[in-house]
Amino acid sequence: MTATADRKVRSNREAGARAGGPVDSIDAAGLGRARAAGLVAPALVLVLAFLVVPAAWTVYLGVTDYRLTGIQAANPEFVGLDNFTAALADPDFRNSLWLTLLFVLGSAIVGQTVAGFALAWTLRTVPKLVRSVVETLVLLAWILPSSIVAFLWVAYLSGDGGTLNAMLQTSGTEWLLEHPMASIIVFNTWRGTAFSMLLFSAALGAVPPSQLESARLAGAGAFAQLRDVVLPHIRGHVLTNTLLISLWTFNDFSPYLLTAGGPNHASETLPVFIYNKALYGGQLGYGSAISFIMLLINLVIALFYVRLLRERR
Amino acid sequence: MASIRIDGLTKVYPGDVTAIDGLDVTVEDGSFFALLGPSGCGKTTLLRTIAGLEEASGGSISIGDRDVTRLAPGDRNVAMVFQDYALFPHMTVTDNIAYPLRIKKVGRSERAAKAAETGEGLGLSALMARRPGELSGGQQQRVALARAMACQPDVFLLDEPLSNLDARLRLEARTFLKRLQKDLGVTTVFVTHDQSEALAMADQIAVMEAGRIRQLGTPSEIFRRPANTFVANFIGSTPMNMLPGKLVGGVLQVGALEGVDAVAAGWAGREAPDGEVTVAFRPEYARVDGKGPLVFEGTVETTESLGASVLVTARTDDGQRVQVVVPEGEEPEVGAVVGVAPASGRVLVYDAEGELLSPSSSVP
Ligand SMILES: Nc1ncnc2c1ncn2[C@@H]1O[C@H](COP(=O)(O)OP(=O)(O)O)[C@@H](O)[C@H]1O
Ligand SMILES: [Mg+2]
Repeated sequence: MTATADRKVRSNREAGARAGGPVDSIDAAGLGRARAAGLVAPALVLVLAFLVVPAAWTVYLGVTDYRLTGIQAANPEFVGLDNFTAALADPDFRNSLWLTLLFVLGSAIVGQTVAGFALAWTLRTVPKLVRSVVETLVLLAWILPSSIVAFLWVAYLSGDGGTLNAMLQTSGTEWLLEHPMASIIVFNTWRGTAFSMLLFSAALGAVPPSQLESARLAGAGAFAQLRDVVLPHIRGHVLTNTLLISLWTFNDFSPYLLTAGGPNHASETLPVFIYNKALYGGQLGYGSAISFIMLLINLVIALFYVRLLRERR
Repeated sequence: MASIRIDGLTKVYPGDVTAIDGLDVTVEDGSFFALLGPSGCGKTTLLRTIAGLEEASGGSISIGDRDVTRLAPGDRNVAMVFQDYALFPHMTVTDNIAYPLRIKKVGRSERAAKAAETGEGLGLSALMARRPGELSGGQQQRVALARAMACQPDVFLLDEPLSNLDARLRLEARTFLKRLQKDLGVTTVFVTHDQSEALAMADQIAVMEAGRIRQLGTPSEIFRRPANTFVANFIGSTPMNMLPGKLVGGVLQVGALEGVDAVAAGWAGREAPDGEVTVAFRPEYARVDGKGPLVFEGTVETTESLGASVLVTARTDDGQRVQVVVPEGEEPEVGAVVGVAPASGRVLVYDAEGELLSPSSSVP
């Protein structure tokens, strides 16, 4: 009995060794393949139903001339890669891609990261009350529903009695019409900074104060302290933060609530472009093809960051 | 190299916590100076205020002939070794040691040479390419010391330098630190709550309580003649014997015994006013053979081995506890009646306020 059990253990272990690692790291819980599969099955079904199937459906629609109305609505035809080639040749699409890039760079990678870090860095040393008030305000911008903040911003930027014009004494300036991209970039920076601020606050809290003080004693100024002590500690957080906020910003639809992509496509980022094409223009097939392109871009961004994160470790 | 002069230094933290309370002290050039005291007495705060990491609320600090009270930490030319060593985890040992030089814009090759030289002096040559995570606690400490030494500061500040080492290594590090300090000759202030560490390493000890210095002196002064009952209680690996006594007409009495002054150290005699006093002597400075001018009769309650010696605890007829350290093998049986006799010239007398009644200047 004991001998058999012993032999079994040994053969298991050998199998583990053959597979290239200790037994424990392969099946730490000792579930076995079947039971492990049973446990993850519900999650897999959900992923399949709500992620894979719609994505596949989008891919399918992307190669048809499906429309919201008309004959193609009833009888969509297979058009191959026509939608994709059309998109690449479409100046509106290329304009939109460029605007999206500006939007992500300006409001996420520069705006939210810099503002979030600056807030987190300065709030470390201010009195507790000031800190709480500022944090609450910044958080409010993040958690209020888009429709509400969009309404507030439309009122704020309005040419006719808008708060900004009143403050700058520039009565009559239609910010959303005259500077649509700048407006949505500032808006999205304001709206999304809370996440970066929270993430960086937590990250900065984990930087050992004694290391900062050692640097100070050596004569390091603020910049050298950031470069030599803070950044090396929070590099992973910076990457994670940049990944998340650039994906969110890339897919963000709220600029539509301010400018609807206008005037004349001047602030039409990709999500808005798809909405305008597919639901206003009724070109569901074309819209799906562009959605698929967006999906690919998301994937590329994500893979890029995951790669960077791995290299660090 | 420089002395440190501190005048009327006060540090009040937000929330009205007075951590340093009008403190005056001078640390001589080249001395190894210990700040000793119980947890929370303000040792770390004092050290950090000298470094400039905390801003003084009042008073002044001079290093050499420079008033540094309002200078930034980086301009004071001091180096500090933190309790957790504070090495930069992403830099190699070389880069860590050379960091202060890099900030001072010393060239790369000169930096590397200086780091190698300093590292070699501390036995780190084989580890220069490693990162702190790949070093033992003792090695990390030496890297931290090397980083502090590399820029040749006027003053070293060490916060509980031995507390993160295991007991064995701690003894080694004591000897090592003391020798290093003597070799470098740099004025060094270190913080410890361990009286034996301070006694073993320092040239001068400041015993602190609640943000003030209660006694300043050499280890032997502090051990032999604690200036007050606080220091007397704090110093020594076995607690000081403290017995209530009385002064009547300039003659000392403890319980029924009279004429304790015959054995008192540097006793000021009739000048002291009559009243309640505390008579104290160290367990190490007494015997149990009942021979001497002053003998307390008592019954042995317990005996505890201290290794090479034994701590004997006896209780006198009037209920006082007295402890004596006797050589191993010479301890009496539990229950035996012994005569505890403090050595002549080792008995200290403290007044009702707990201050030593004999002027310390009269120490032999
Ligand atoms: N940053 C701080 N803010 C408020 N009080 C502090 C701070 N640091 C220390 N203290 C208080 O100051 C006193 C002295 O602390 P510290 O210098 O750390 O003592 P030690 O090093 O002797 O243990 C303590 O009462 C402590 O609670
Ligand atoms: Mg301390």
